[in-house]
Amino acid sequence: MKRWRGMAPRRLLAALVIMLCHVQAADAHILKGEAVSFLSGFKHPISGLDHVVAMVAVGLWGAQLGAPAIWILPVAFPLVMAVGGMLGLLGVPLPGIELGIAASAIMLGGAVMLRLRPPLALAALMVGFFAIFHGYAHGSELPAGENGLLYSLGFVIATGCLHACGITIGLVNRGTWGKRAVRFAGAAIALTGVFFLRKAIA
Amino acid sequence: MMRRLAGSRLTKLLASAACFLLPAAAEAHLPAIGLGPIYDGVFHLFLSPEDLIPVIALALLCGQRGAPFGRRALWLVPLAWFLGGMFGMFWGSGRGSALTCVSFLAVGGLVAANARISLPVLTVVAALLACFHGYLNGAGINRFDDGTYALLGLALAVFVVVALFASLVVPLRQQWTRVAVRVAGSWIAASGLLMLGWTLHAAR
Repeated sequence: MKRWRGMAPRRLLAALVIMLCHVQAADAHILKGEAVSFLSGFKHPISGLDHVVAMVAVGLWGAQLGAPAIWILPVAFPLVMAVGGMLGLLGVPLPGIELGIAASAIMLGGAVMLRLRPPLALAALMVGFFAIFHGYAHGSELPAGENGLLYSLGFVIATGCLHACGITIGLVNRGTWGKRAVRFAGAAIALTGVFFLRKAIA
Repeated sequence: MMRRLAGSRLTKLLASAACFLLPAAAEAHLPAIGLGPIYDGVFHLFLSPEDLIPVIALALLCGQRGAPFGRRALWLVPLAWFLGGMFGMFWGSGRGSALTCVSFLAVGGLVAANARISLPVLTVVAALLACFHGYLNGAGINRFDDGTYALLGLALAVFVVVALFASLVVPLRQQWTRVAVRVAGSWIAASGLLMLGWTLHAAR
């Protein structure tokens, strides 16, 4: 053991000296419009709390409703959100975007809090309706000069990951305390929505 | 014993000295030396999401429908890609970005919907998509500079991607795994829709 203690730093030093003698340009910088676009797209939904709480609420509600809603909502949401994103990109006017986003947190959080169990079509319609507002906000805020495909992939995947977070949290929806915890999370989301609604109106 | 240790140290010293005497450019970077046209074709697919993602979507679709569909796509898609590429290389020009978005949307949508399409329909869809993307690749290749080999590399890479993804999906039986594939299709279709919006936005 002692022998190793003595040898290791010397070997490391020797390796370091050899490596330093071979230093070359790393060429590790990402090219403009390549990985940057994916990362900025990925960061977009997770950098706004209003988007985060609504997406997590979709996952939570899906988990609460169980099959088939648990998988229909995450499949349908990105598609409808992309329709909203396309409207935003094309500059089609859609009034009250911020109000719609805040209302989505209130309604979806409220649905989780109250354990609402509407028919699947109605739940999908409600989620799809709010997805339009979130997508529109993303689409209208797409920065110029980015790679469209990578940016789009980034923000669609980030949205899907947020749904997955909601579904994973929703897995505690078993037993009295688990169900209470999920309802409490729904209440917290609805309250956050109220905060954003106040901000949007002010 | 001492002599052996001294000999060992001398060997290490000589080896270290040799390392210092031999510094040279590694030339491991592709832009510096290139790896030849076949590898250029292979790398083109893996570095171009606009080509790679439709191939993955097609493989997922074939995997969803079962092994016979996967086997059909395994040979058909690379072949159609290569033939489309040859056509594009000799007679093609321009880019079809809006149509690329449509291919994302169509195949991603079919995967998301878990569409129960028949083998002949899938054959037509796969051949058309592969021909179209191959054509776009071929149109960007210089036919006087080993373009055929680059297309061959591309087709080989397409074969590998189809084989990997289709064989990954075919044995999936649990519901959540099948749902995960549909979610992936939904993401691909959504990206296609956004790209379409992006293309129309840029054209305005």
